[in-house]
Amino acid sequence: MLLLLASIVVSLSIGSAGLPLRDVWGILIHQLPWMPSADTKWDASDIVIVTQLRLSRIILGVLVGACLALAGAGFQGVLRNPLADPFTLGVASGCSVGAAFMIVFGLQAVLGLWTVPLVAFVTGMATLLAVFGLSRARGGMNVETLILSGVIVQAFLGAVVSFIVMMSQDVVNAAMFWLMGSLSARSWEHVRLIAPFLIIGLPVMIRYAQHLNLFVFGERHAAHLGVNVERTKLIVLVTCTLLTAVAVSIAGVVGFVGLVVPHLIRLLVGPDYRIIVPLSALGGGFYMVWADTLARTVLSPKEIALGIVTAFIGAPFFAYLLYRHKVQQGGAA
Amino acid sequence: MIEAKAVSLAIAGRNILHDVHFEMESGAMYGIIGPNGVGKSTLLRLLSGTEKPTTGTVLFAGRPVSGYKRKELAKQVAVLQQGGLPAVGFTVREAVRMGRFPYQNWLGEEPHAGEQFIERVLADMGLRGLEDRRVDGLSGGERQRVALAKVMAQEPELLLLDEPTTYLDIGYQIQLLDTVKRWQAERRLTVIAVLHDLNLAAHYCDKLLILREGTVEAFGSPQKVMNSEMIKRVFDANAVILPHPETGVPQLLLRPEAMSSEQRIRKEAKR
Repeated sequence: MLLLLASIVVSLSIGSAGLPLRDVWGILIHQLPWMPSADTKWDASDIVIVTQLRLSRIILGVLVGACLALAGAGFQGVLRNPLADPFTLGVASGCSVGAAFMIVFGLQAVLGLWTVPLVAFVTGMATLLAVFGLSRARGGMNVETLILSGVIVQAFLGAVVSFIVMMSQDVVNAAMFWLMGSLSARSWEHVRLIAPFLIIGLPVMIRYAQHLNLFVFGERHAAHLGVNVERTKLIVLVTCTLLTAVAVSIAGVVGFVGLVVPHLIRLLVGPDYRIIVPLSALGGGFYMVWADTLARTVLSPKEIALGIVTAFIGAPFFAYLLYRHKVQQGGAA
Repeated sequence: MIEAKAVSLAIAGRNILHDVHFEMESGAMYGIIGPNGVGKSTLLRLLSGTEKPTTGTVLFAGRPVSGYKRKELAKQVAVLQQGGLPAVGFTVREAVRMGRFPYQNWLGEEPHAGEQFIERVLADMGLRGLEDRRVDGLSGGERQRVALAKVMAQEPELLLLDEPTTYLDIGYQIQLLDTVKRWQAERRLTVIAVLHDLNLAAHYCDKLLILREGTVEAFGSPQKVMNSEMIKRVFDANAVILPHPETGVPQLLLRPEAMSSEQRIRKEAKR
C-alpha cells in the first residue's frame, strides 16, 4: 500500500512537461478544499497538467492494473492453470472486438455510460466459452491445451479487430494506439467509469478467495469439502471477465499484467488466495503505474503504447512459467 | 443412513450402473469390491452427490443427496479420494484446516473451538512435527495421512474411501485402515470403502457389497459372500478361501492356471 502510494507520488512528478517536484506537490496540496486557490502561484497550464492530465491518468492506471491483476488471479485460481490471464485466454481480445466495434462505429453511448464495457463483456464471455469449447474437444482441460486454444482464438480475434479498425478511415490512428494498449488522452470521466466495477469486483473476489484455495485440490475435492463448484466457477469467471471488459474498454489490450502480478505476489506471500487476491489488486496498480510511467517517459515526448511495455516484461515471464511448468511435470511423471 | 433406490447411471449411452439397490446402516464399515471398471468409484461419486444418477435416487438420512446444499452435506459426508492429496504449496496445518471449510465463515475463520480440534486431529494422525512443512515436500505415505487428517477435520458421520490403500506399501495400508477403524469405533462413524484387496476388505469390513457388470451381485458379511464360486463368477479367477489362522476371517489364496516348473516336477513325482 505504501509502495503504491510512493509510486504514485514519484510517477506524478515525472513527465514530459518537466515540472519540478515541489511545484507538482504545491499544486496538488492547493487542490484540497480548505487550501487557498492555486491560481495565484502557478500557471493555469501547469495546474491543468497536474490535476487533469497526470493525476487522472495515474489513478486510472492504478484501477486498470488492479482490474487486470484481479482477473488474472481469478482465472488462475478457478481454472487451476498457472498460465491463465485475461490476455493468454483470449478474453482480452474478445472484449476488444466488442469495444472496437462500438468505438469505431461511434456507438459508445447507445446504452449510456457503460455501453462499451457491457458490449465488451458480452463478446469477452462468448470468447471464453469458445476457448473452453475448443480445449475441451479432446476431453479434459489440460493446462497447455487451454492456453493454446486461447492463443488461437486471440490470433483470430486480433485480425477481426484490425479489420474493424481499418474499415473506418478517420479514427485509424487513435484506434490503433488503443489497440496496443494505452492510457493517453484519458480523463476523470474514465476513472468514474471503471471505479464501480472494481468496487464491486474486489469484494466478490475476496469473498470467493477461500473457495479458490480449495480448488487447488481439484474440483471434485472442493465439492466434497462443501464448495458449490458450479456456482463458484460461474461467479468468478463472470467477475473476471467483467473486470477485463472494463479495463480493455478503457486502456485497450494491455497484456500479461494478470499473469505477472499474481505470480509475483504468490512468490512473496505463498499460495493463500485470501492474501493473493487483495495484494494482486494493489500490485496490479503498482505495476501499471510504473509501466505507464515508462511508456510516457522513455521516448518522451513520444509515447510508447502501454501494451508494448507490458509485453516486453510479460512475454519473457510467460515463457519462464511455461518452462517451469514443463520441468515440474517432467519431475512428477 | 444411506440408501440406493433403483440407481442407474449411463454415461454417453453406456450403462455404468444398472438398477442398484442397497441400504447401509450407521456405525458399520462397508466394503465395495468388484473387478476394474465395474463402477465402484462411480457408485461412490453417486453416494457423495458429485454425480447424479440417470434414474433412481440416493437417500442420505432419509433425504435425497441432491437436495442437500454442498456445505450442509460436507458437514456429514467426507470423501478420501483416490491418489490422496496433490502436491500443493500449503502447509500441513493449512491443508488440514481446509477440512473445516463447511464450518467456516467467508473469511475462512471459525467461531469456536476449530483450532483445538485441528490440533487434536494432527496429533491423532501422527503429524506432530510435520504441521509446518509444505504438503509438496512430503512423501506419498505422509501425504495420505494429511489427506485423512483433513477428512477427519470435517467431523463427518459418513466417510467414503476410494481405494485408500493404492500406492501405499503394506505397512502404511494397515496403519491407515487401523486408524480409520479406530475412529469408526470411537465416533460411531459409518465407513464405506472401495477396496482392491479382498483380504483386507474381509478383515476390516462388517459387510461387503460385491458389484458385477454394473449391478449388485451379493451384499453380506465376508463369511457369507466370500467363497470360491463368487470369486470365479465375479473376477474369473480360481481361488481357495481359508479361514485366517488367528482371526478366523475368510482369506483368499489364488490358484494360478500356470504352474512353475518346480511345481510341475513335484506334481509328477507324486504320481
